[in-house]
Amino acid sequence: MDLNPTSQDGALVLRPAGRIDHATADAFQAALQPHLEQARAGAAPVVLDMQGVDYISSVGLRVLMMAARQAHDQQGRLVVAGLTPLVKEVFEISRFNLVFEVYDDVAGALAPKGGGE
Amino acid sequence: MKIRFWGTRGSIPIALTAPAIRAKIVAALAGTAGRTLDSPQAIERYVDEELSFDIRGTFGGHSSCVELAAGAEPIIFDFGSGARPLGQSMLERHGGAAQTYHVFMSHVHWDHIMGFPFFAPVYIPGNRIVIHGCHAVLEQAFRRQQAAPSFPVDFSQLAARIEFDLLVPGKRYRIAGVDVTPKLQRHEGDSYGYRIEAQGRCVVYSTDSEHKVDDIDERQAFIEFFRGADVVIFDAMYALADAISVKADWGHSSNIVGVELCQAAGVRRLCMYHHEPAYDDARIAAVLQETRRFEEITRSGARLEVVSAYDGLELDV
Repeated sequence: MDLNPTSQDGALVLRPAGRIDHATADAFQAALQPHLEQARAGAAPVVLDMQGVDYISSVGLRVLMMAARQAHDQQGRLVVAGLTPLVKEVFEISRFNLVFEVYDDVAGALAPKGGGE
Repeated sequence: MKIRFWGTRGSIPIALTAPAIRAKIVAALAGTAGRTLDSPQAIERYVDEELSFDIRGTFGGHSSCVELAAGAEPIIFDFGSGARPLGQSMLERHGGAAQTYHVFMSHVHWDHIMGFPFFAPVYIPGNRIVIHGCHAVLEQAFRRQQAAPSFPVDFSQLAARIEFDLLVPGKRYRIAGVDVTPKLQRHEGDSYGYRIEAQGRCVVYSTDSEHKVDDIDERQAFIEFFRGADVVIFDAMYALADAISVKADWGHSSNIVGVELCQAAGVRRLCMYHHEPAYDDARIAAVLQETRRFEEITRSGARLEVVSAYDGLELDV
């Protein structure tokens, strides 16, 4: 899976696309893993811009959880932005909105303060 | 077949408190403004048709106990505290006539056996109670629960004939007129689900079962276990975010995984069960609405009906 990495305001922005489910979660995890080292103390957060993600299932959410945990262990941050309405609902129903930093868009994720929900 | 739920709460029984009941009454009365409720019929219609279940009722507080009426001999899943009202109901239905009961045990943790000493049929001579399960410690757990100093009546004093039947997971049995297949589940000390097939219908009882969402083999095994079931009674105790983080390895699952597995298995009805004891009625009702919405937005085939079990719920299968 190509995460189309770019740099914005000094932060790494990753843009997964399509469905993240049992068919694609392993590829998503493999693609995400090399970028996680950039989530470290003092660095800008690694941002997952999810505008292109149509759907994320439980196993995809688990990949996010594990990645966020690794970032936290490294004193860094992994945040998500740009959730489509459907994915936003999945986050809310699964309560991932309570354990993840969720922002309306990448700019909000990189703003000095807040913008999150 | 008919399913009757006698205990649906997870881990420990709970009781409604006076403040909680008062809050329900206040909410109910608040909705009467401008209505003419001048007869018992009008009041009942208002309660039944205008009030939501979490206001007019309760999901209940007894721990796990489910009755399946599929033939002449009653089938029961687990002996949680719901076994007490079930026992009273059995006496009302059968009077003093000797009866054989078949009980399938998910496991022998406290909340699943605590109702047994209060299940009145165990004190009536002539009754036969066959306790089926896959744990080698099955009999020991029941005997130990009633040993001094924990209970005043020792197991040896029970008047009914109590039998223990050790089953092998994955093997199909013919018991009480139904086909039963136990399945090993992930839970501390192991637990077992039961797939019941009879009269062309299928009910799966699967509680105290944690699902590791990244375990592909386990996922596929449960899809096969649930395949085509009319009803799956599913441990949906936690939100997914909790189940795979702070409550990982606590031995329970989530509404999200319940929907995903049941959709993949072509199940007709998901019945969420083993409710978190910290949740009040409003919270469980909200989880039910959210789960129905999740099913709707993830549906790719036939609709999966989602219900939430409550003490007193009856489902025709």
